[in-house]
Formats: sequence, structure tokens, C-alpha cells
Amino acid sequence: MPDTQELKKIASQVRRDIVRMVHQCQSGHPGGSLGCTDFFTALYFDIMNHQKPFQMDGRGEDMFFLSNGHISPVWYSVLARSGYFPVAELATFRKLNSRLQGHPTTHEGLPGVRVASGSLGQGLSVAIGAALAKKLNNDPHLVFALTGDGELQEGQIWEAMMFAAHNKVDNLIVTVDWNGQQIDGATKDVMALGDLEAKWKSFGWIVLQMDGNKIEDVLETLSQAKGFSGKGQPVVILMKTEMGYGVDFMMGSHKWHGIAPNDEQLADALGQLEETLGDY
Amino acid sequence: MLTDFQITGKKATRDGFGAGLLEAGQHNASIVGLCADLTGSLKMNAFQDAYPDRFFQVGIAEANMMGLAAGLATVGKIPYTGTFANFSTGRVYDQIRQSIAYSHKNVKICASHAGLTLGEDGATHQILEDIGLMKMLPGMTVINPCDYNQTKAATIAIAEHHGPVYLRFGRPGWPIFMPDNQPFVIGKGIMMQEGTDVTIVATGHLVAYAMQAVEKLKEQGISAELINIHTIKPLDEEIILDSVSKTKCLVSAEEHQRHGGLGDSIAQLLARKNPTPQEYVAVNDSFGESGKPDELLIKYGLGPEDIVSAVQEVLKRKG
Repeated sequence: MPDTQELKKIASQVRRDIVRMVHQCQSGHPGGSLGCTDFFTALYFDIMNHQKPFQMDGRGEDMFFLSNGHISPVWYSVLARSGYFPVAELATFRKLNSRLQGHPTTHEGLPGVRVASGSLGQGLSVAIGAALAKKLNNDPHLVFALTGDGELQEGQIWEAMMFAAHNKVDNLIVTVDWNGQQIDGATKDVMALGDLEAKWKSFGWIVLQMDGNKIEDVLETLSQAKGFSGKGQPVVILMKTEMGYGVDFMMGSHKWHGIAPNDEQLADALGQLEETLGDY
Repeated sequence: MLTDFQITGKKATRDGFGAGLLEAGQHNASIVGLCADLTGSLKMNAFQDAYPDRFFQVGIAEANMMGLAAGLATVGKIPYTGTFANFSTGRVYDQIRQSIAYSHKNVKICASHAGLTLGEDGATHQILEDIGLMKMLPGMTVINPCDYNQTKAATIAIAEHHGPVYLRFGRPGWPIFMPDNQPFVIGKGIMMQEGTDVTIVATGHLVAYAMQAVEKLKEQGISAELINIHTIKPLDEEIILDSVSKTKCLVSAEEHQRHGGLGDSIAQLLARKNPTPQEYVAVNDSFGESGKPDELLIKYGLGPEDIVSAVQEVLKRKG
């Protein structure tokens, strides 16, 4: 298992991949991807027990579901960097005949992806279904899921929250990317989420919080969350992140939710991110 | 009645689903049931009682149910979701489209109380658009069986088919006329009665009415061929093309909107392969209303006499 310094090096490379991918096709979502890079790196390079080659049914391993599918660049980079498919394939992102669709899909057979996501609010339900199946199979491994915070405005999320608590789905660790931003602006202005911690708690979940851009905190909190599994309640981690983290001009604004950098901005961004594993 | 198909009793197609689910569950431990607060209406109680660990009550939350089913299928289960047809399709179309159809999940979407024959609850619950919605989804199999026996057989058969399926059935007691031992082959129509003057292709509850129409036409000296199409997608093109090559005209009959239903699938086939005069027995761009099932079918032009009239009409256009 890599130490923290190694994880930071991986995260730096993943951030380079993200900005290069969206620059290359002049399309995609760098903001949320950069914000969640430390989380994905910790999950795939330390926390999760996952196997290669990829098995769709995930038997005997931990599984991950991405509900906010628009941050596909970070997931694709981490999947490639952890060996699910060739790193060179990142160059095909959002292009014709690629397995790396704009939003993740099983349709083109990309290893690592178990359900399509993009239309928001659906991934939590799917993750809960997988967790139920693991229980039926007496498989002690865990199911992880990530949702956005703006995504919590979708009603299906709250249906799923109710179901998971009622049915004691305690082999599930959900993380919310709590960056406070969505396409039209700050979530507090677009549709305020209120006291998220109180809301999840009142629905019957164990609620943790972490700084999603401090990899030490991510590792510690995810480990703590694993310790809560099997105790009769689902676990959610409210993860504070900064959209665009790691690239100074992309940070702290919803402006970089879904636009690509130009050549000059790419150079600026890459100047801030050390190449540690070799660019694709 | 038709020589080979005698009415042997009366039960709802949803009862056939319940019986089929129980039997399929006995043979296949991967089958799980999910229901959105309509367990009794869907006749899923027997499965629930027999396999409580494999049954999930999801409450009145159909969108979540479809997602749960996709997740269960990902790990190798064969989920059967149960709610009314209205809440199985339009209400959760995007969940089905993204998490099930596009993701090619092996989910069986089992939809009761379809069409006008839901009856007294009225148009809010009487979906007449579901076949169209579901058949448009790439890779979705769409099945609309005609009686208790066929629904039971279909429920069992779909477990062996890997891929998403929409299984549509209904609420009211309805004549049973299919043999209880007939194998169910997805995508294969059933020749109910051979004839020479006109082809009638019926699906679901209207197969029973079409059988009555065939008898009435016989009294008028018209020899009608009757095909029972339980699988709307993939459509059994061969049985339809073979029939119209002989009869040269066709009437489709279904408890669904004219737009987007079985009739449209047949018209598309005929336009491509063998242009043939066709009349539709279907709801004509209208919502339903409260009433008794048979009253509603008559009022909305789906009765046996309407099939007879459609045949008379199409015969005038036959070259």
C-alpha cells in the first residue's frame, strides 16, 4: 500500500491527466474532478479491496459506484492508473469510438464501470441494490458510492436514504462531494441544502465529515467509516472539497464546473502539477 | 369457440404473474422480488412468504426501486420489480433508461393494472402509452401476455432471458384459454386460428375479444386468421408476413394508444417488407376514465364488435 507521499504523487498525476483530457477534447468537467482527486486516489490506491481483471459482479471485492457521472475524468484517470485499462486510452476521452464516454457507461465495456451515470440522483439506489446483493451472497466486502451535493436536490436520493436506513444497509459507505457549487452557482443560492448533517442523521445514517482535499484526513475518515460497517446503519461522509483544487485559477468557483482550459491555461495548470508517473 | 383454444376458467393475468414468480423463484435462487407498496395487488405475497430474504418492500418510491434492481442485477441477481404499469414506466422512465436499459441490466419490470381494464380508478392510473415507451428503449424486450396461463409461463420464461424485460399484465378476471402446459418462447407469435380472408393480430386482453370476433366473422362467411402476439418486441415478423402474404389485409388489436403500440410495430414491418392495408383497434389519442373494464373497452372502441367492424373496413381496401 503506498504511503501518503506516494498517494500525493499519484494525485498530482491524476490532476495532470484531468486537465489534459478536458483540454484535448475541449469538453468535460474539470472542477469537480480536481476537487475529488484526493478521494479517488485514496479509495483506489489504499482503501478499497478491488480486483483486476475487472469483474462486473464484484464478488469477493469492494465495489464503487459514481453517481455524479460528470466527473468522469478523475475516475477514468484513477481506473487507468490503477491498472484497469491502458493509460494511453485516456487520450480518447469524449472522442468518437471511445470507451471513455462523456459520462461513464457500461455500454462500451470500459473496465471498472458497473452502471451508467450522468442523469443525476440514480447512483445511490444502484449502490444500495449492490449492497443488498452482497448481503444475500454473504459477501463481507463493502460498497462505496460518491454523489455530488447539488445532486442531493434530486428526490430519488431521499427515497434511497430512507430505504438504506430502514433496511439497515450497513455495508455501504456513501460520500457526498460537498463543494457547495453547481452549474448555476452556489448551492446555497440555487437550492439551499440546509443542515446536511442533521438531515442525513434524521434519516438514520451515521454521518462523518472530512476535508476531501487533505489526503491524510480522507484516509483516516474512510478507515473510520469502514469501522462503522456492520453496525446496523449506513454511513455517509460529508466531504468538504474545493472545486478545481490544485489549479489556482480554477479553485473556489462554479465557473470551471463544465468548461475546458485553452492552451495557455493548460500550460499554467500543468506548471502547478508535478508530472510524477509520466503523462499518457 | 376456436377449435384448439377453449375457455377453461377465469382469472386475472396478475394472478398468473404471482404464480409464475413463485414457481420461477423455486427453480432459481438468484431471483429477487421488489415491490413498491402494492404486494397484494401484484400478487407477490406468495413469493414474499416463501422467500422473505429475497423480497424487498421499497415503499412508495418507484425510482429508487428501479435503481435498487439495477444494483442487484449488477451483482448477479435477477430482480423482478412490481408496481402498476403507470408507475413502472412513465414515472421512472429515466431510471429505466440509464440505470437499466443503457446499462444492460438483467431486470424484469413487471407491470400490472395496465390499460383501461384497471377500471374504476380512472385515467390517472390507466396507462395506455407504456408499450410505446418501453419498446423505444434499445435492447428492451416487451411482453404483453393474454391470459393467466400465458402470463404465468411468460413470468417463468423471462428469468432465462438475459437482459431487461418489460412484462405487462392486468387487473380484471379474464378468460383463460391458453393451455397450461404451453411453452413460452419470447418473440414467437402463436397461431390461434388459420384463415384466408383477413389477418387479425391481437395482444393482451384483446386476444379474448379477437377470438369472439373470429366467431362472429365466421357467421358472416369471413375466414379470419388470428395470431396471438405476446411479444411486441422483438416482433415475430415471420408469422405476420406469412399470414398477410395469404390474406392481403390485417387488423391489429390492443389495449393501448394507437400511437406507439403493437399496431405501429406491425405497420412499420409491413411498410418495409410488404405494404398491406391495415386497420387499428386501439385507443385513439385519448385518456381513459372510470368505469368497469368491459364497459370501458366497449366505449373506447376495443370491443369484439369493433374488431369485426375493423375487419369489414379493411376488407373494402383489400386489392
